[in-house]
Amino acid sequence: MCSMQHIAIAMVIMALTTYLIRVIPIGFVRKKLENEWIQDFVFYIPFCVLSAMTFPDVFYSTTPAGATSPHFLSASIATMVALVLAWKDKGLVQVALVAVFVAVLVELLAPLMF
Amino acid sequence: MNEFVRGIKKGFPICLGYIPVSFTFGLIAVKMGFNPLEATLISLTNMASAGQFAGIRLIEGGAPYIELVVTTFVINLRYMLMSLSLSQKVESDIPFYKRAVMAFCITDEVFALAALEKGDVKFPFFGGLMSTPIIGWTLGTFLGAIASSLLPPMLQGCFGIALYCMFIAIIIPPARKGRKVAIAVIVSALFSCLFKYVPALSFISKSGGGGWAIIISAILGAALCASIKEIKRTLKKKRLTLVKGDSHV
Repeated sequence: MCSMQHIAIAMVIMALTTYLIRVIPIGFVRKKLENEWIQDFVFYIPFCVLSAMTFPDVFYSTTPAGATSPHFLSASIATMVALVLAWKDKGLVQVALVAVFVAVLVELLAPLMF
Repeated sequence: MNEFVRGIKKGFPICLGYIPVSFTFGLIAVKMGFNPLEATLISLTNMASAGQFAGIRLIEGGAPYIELVVTTFVINLRYMLMSLSLSQKVESDIPFYKRAVMAFCITDEVFALAALEKGDVKFPFFGGLMSTPIIGWTLGTFLGAIASSLLPPMLQGCFGIALYCMFIAIIIPPARKGRKVAIAVIVSALFSCLFKYVPALSFISKSGGGGWAIIISAILGAALCASIKEIKRTLKKKRLTLVKGDSHV
């Protein structure tokens, strides 16, 4: 972990960047985007960013800090369940909470089975 | 009914939904070494789920500031699009300072509700709409940060999957309905995996907490799909001119 000052500066940078992104279009832009390629590109970007962030990191996401090896089993099963629920158009909160529940269940049951 | 009160009523379910997710953020931030005050402030000043998670990972990894700016920018780029879309939908005579207030809380969910409004979006309505989600997001983070030390490590670990599953819940429904969104999602995930597992490329995912790998994977996926659409458009135009040409004969 880095110094308090570094964290403080980083926090200000993060907040400013996020805010500028939001304020510039609504504050200044009154015309529509013209270039169709750019329109499509910005349409796909959010999905792509979320996908790249999720895979493959989701498979390491249930591993507690300081564990010696990744807990792939609970993460994989919970991910499968989340994919199925999302496929059925379930809401964000429901998908997330059920996945956590499944991961906990697998973590508790796995040592009893193997 | 008062527009502000109507906004509050509409925004309250978002507030409730934000609590478990921001709770997870608080947990993870403290697990990474931030203190509860820092975690809560990050939530209050950003109001951005994915961007915040990526941000704390970069800060913890000691990434340079420029990478923090670029990653935050790319991950939050969608807000720019939402803000742009909202700029066409707000009452045109809303002064800049009011727009500046509204900009603070253009999140996926708040934007979605505002976009569904019939007619122009009024400032008091948006003010009401954004107020309780801000409270929920901040409060949830604080609770998660405090609870972090109380929860056993196994449970703390399992909460880590909540955010990713929220992302899955965001990307899967549109990917199921649109083939090109599906391609975009799969291509980006594949590149992200390549950067992690191909030894010759793994330096990319190791630099700065994985920020660059996310940016490059996302840009490649989105550029590919935007180009496919562009090619299809060009082909369609060509076909149209051909058909027109035929009719002249």
